[in-house]
Amino acid sequence: MKTLVWVEHDNASVKDATLAVVTAAAKLGEVHLLVAGSGCRAVADEAAQITGVGKVHLADDAAYEHALAENVAPLVVQLMGTHDAFLAPATTTGKNLAPRVAALLDVMQLSDILSVEGEKTFTRPIYAGNAIATVESSDAKLVITVRGTAFAKAEATGGSGTVEDVAVTGDAGLSSFVGAELAKSERPELTSAKIIVSGGRALKDAETFQATILPLADKLGAAVGASRAAVDAGYVPNDYQVGQTGKIVAPQVYIAVGISGAIQHLAGMKDSKTIIAINKDEDAPIFQVADIGLVADLFTAVPELASKL
Amino acid sequence: MKILVPVKRVIDYNVKPRVKADGTGVDLANVKMSMNPFDEIAVEEAIRLKEAGKAEEIVAVSVGPTKAQETLRTALAMGADRAILIETDAEVEPLAVAKLLKAIVAEENPGLVILGKQAIDDDSNQTGQMLAALLGRPQGTFASKVDVDGDHVAVTREVDGGLETVKLAIPAVVTTDLRLNEPRYASLPNIMKAKKKQLDVKTAADYGVDIAPRLKTLKVSEPPVRTAGIKVADVDALVAKLKELGVA
Repeated sequence: MKTLVWVEHDNASVKDATLAVVTAAAKLGEVHLLVAGSGCRAVADEAAQITGVGKVHLADDAAYEHALAENVAPLVVQLMGTHDAFLAPATTTGKNLAPRVAALLDVMQLSDILSVEGEKTFTRPIYAGNAIATVESSDAKLVITVRGTAFAKAEATGGSGTVEDVAVTGDAGLSSFVGAELAKSERPELTSAKIIVSGGRALKDAETFQATILPLADKLGAAVGASRAAVDAGYVPNDYQVGQTGKIVAPQVYIAVGISGAIQHLAGMKDSKTIIAINKDEDAPIFQVADIGLVADLFTAVPELASKL
Repeated sequence: MKILVPVKRVIDYNVKPRVKADGTGVDLANVKMSMNPFDEIAVEEAIRLKEAGKAEEIVAVSVGPTKAQETLRTALAMGADRAILIETDAEVEPLAVAKLLKAIVAEENPGLVILGKQAIDDDSNQTGQMLAALLGRPQGTFASKVDVDGDHVAVTREVDGGLETVKLAIPAVVTTDLRLNEPRYASLPNIMKAKKKQLDVKTAADYGVDIAPRLKTLKVSEPPVRTAGIKVADVDALVAKLKELGVA
């Protein structure tokens, strides 16, 4: 089977999310990549170094700069004439694009797969991760989004792919990019961090959140996450949100501070290797999934913890 | 402009789903069902656009069993003007729903279709994008702000690194994210009035759409259970554990 993998990038370098998708694609067959963007030849050259990659299709055109689905989907459909499967990471870009591609190909998409069980058989989470479905596709072509935390990352170097330009499909004229407000952060990226310190509603306000969570995160070199309650209350921007509707993470260590552990939050972090909970309510549901729990007032325990590390 | 709002009847978000012992699915017998939370946000946004004078009529539509009428009545009680149910007892996949919605769009000609970004049962996050593709129209997914201006709509989207704004030519398809708005509760008088609003019942066959599933569910299982953890007495003990884990 020939697979086509969407390379997630910012027109300058390959994003980590791509590497796990390459691993999933390699389980299906020959791995080709698609780098679509504007002024992104360097990205294609970098992508060609990923272990296990064959051909890198490069589509360099102003229409692809912001990965607008209206412009990119026809390009993918064109390449799917010679590929059997299209795989994208289950990032906001992948989730925006892949279903549009699937509908144009008249196939059902498989969302957020956790494993490859056979050529057409995959597992995926349903009901906020409270059940795992094994599904088999009957479609001639596969369109798949891949959960990044469920697959090991392919090596970013050591490969010897070849870059090939492809015919561009141009601007569909339906949509345009106006602007972006991207959160600036010096910390590790949430979805690829090894350690995450997450705060919930109990942190009271934005200032207290910063003053309590950040020193601990700094000590551990951790990324900072949050529950929906903390985001809704305005303590942190929404791209910090971990959960069914936010980011799905699976770090080595996840430290939940002042988070009760609602179903929707657990959906985003319960595959973490070790879960540590600090909460003053000993009956909080988070303790049912935590490997290590500390029943204590976070306002004394967290600073003490940070000072002792 | 008319707005079409597809809504789905799903297991209530507070209910912890139970996998059936025979592995054929999730047990939905006698479980509380509600409108998918993202769809409530979609209905609310449509009503706000109408209240702002940007839309004249709101049509709610659902694909599902007879009981999905309750979900549509909820949408009507919130402020939708009329409703259409495409009745079927089968589980309908996003691609088939998108095809049914395409047929309804052809009849109703809405300026905007506003859907939830995902249903909390199958967690697919596909229907809106698929509908936009089938219609050949632009999509504004994961919307946290929707600004209709003449023949365009500016949609602020929640993306991984923050926010992004795109401008779409109307007609367009928009899918809602959690922070788009706070849905209103239907008042008792409005619930009573909603009972008198028009609700048409159709079938998939009326639209000539094949809803046969493309994906076959071989098995549904419980996720791996985490082994019970321990509780430590104080911060020192926690520090010791972190050292054992090699992170401190």
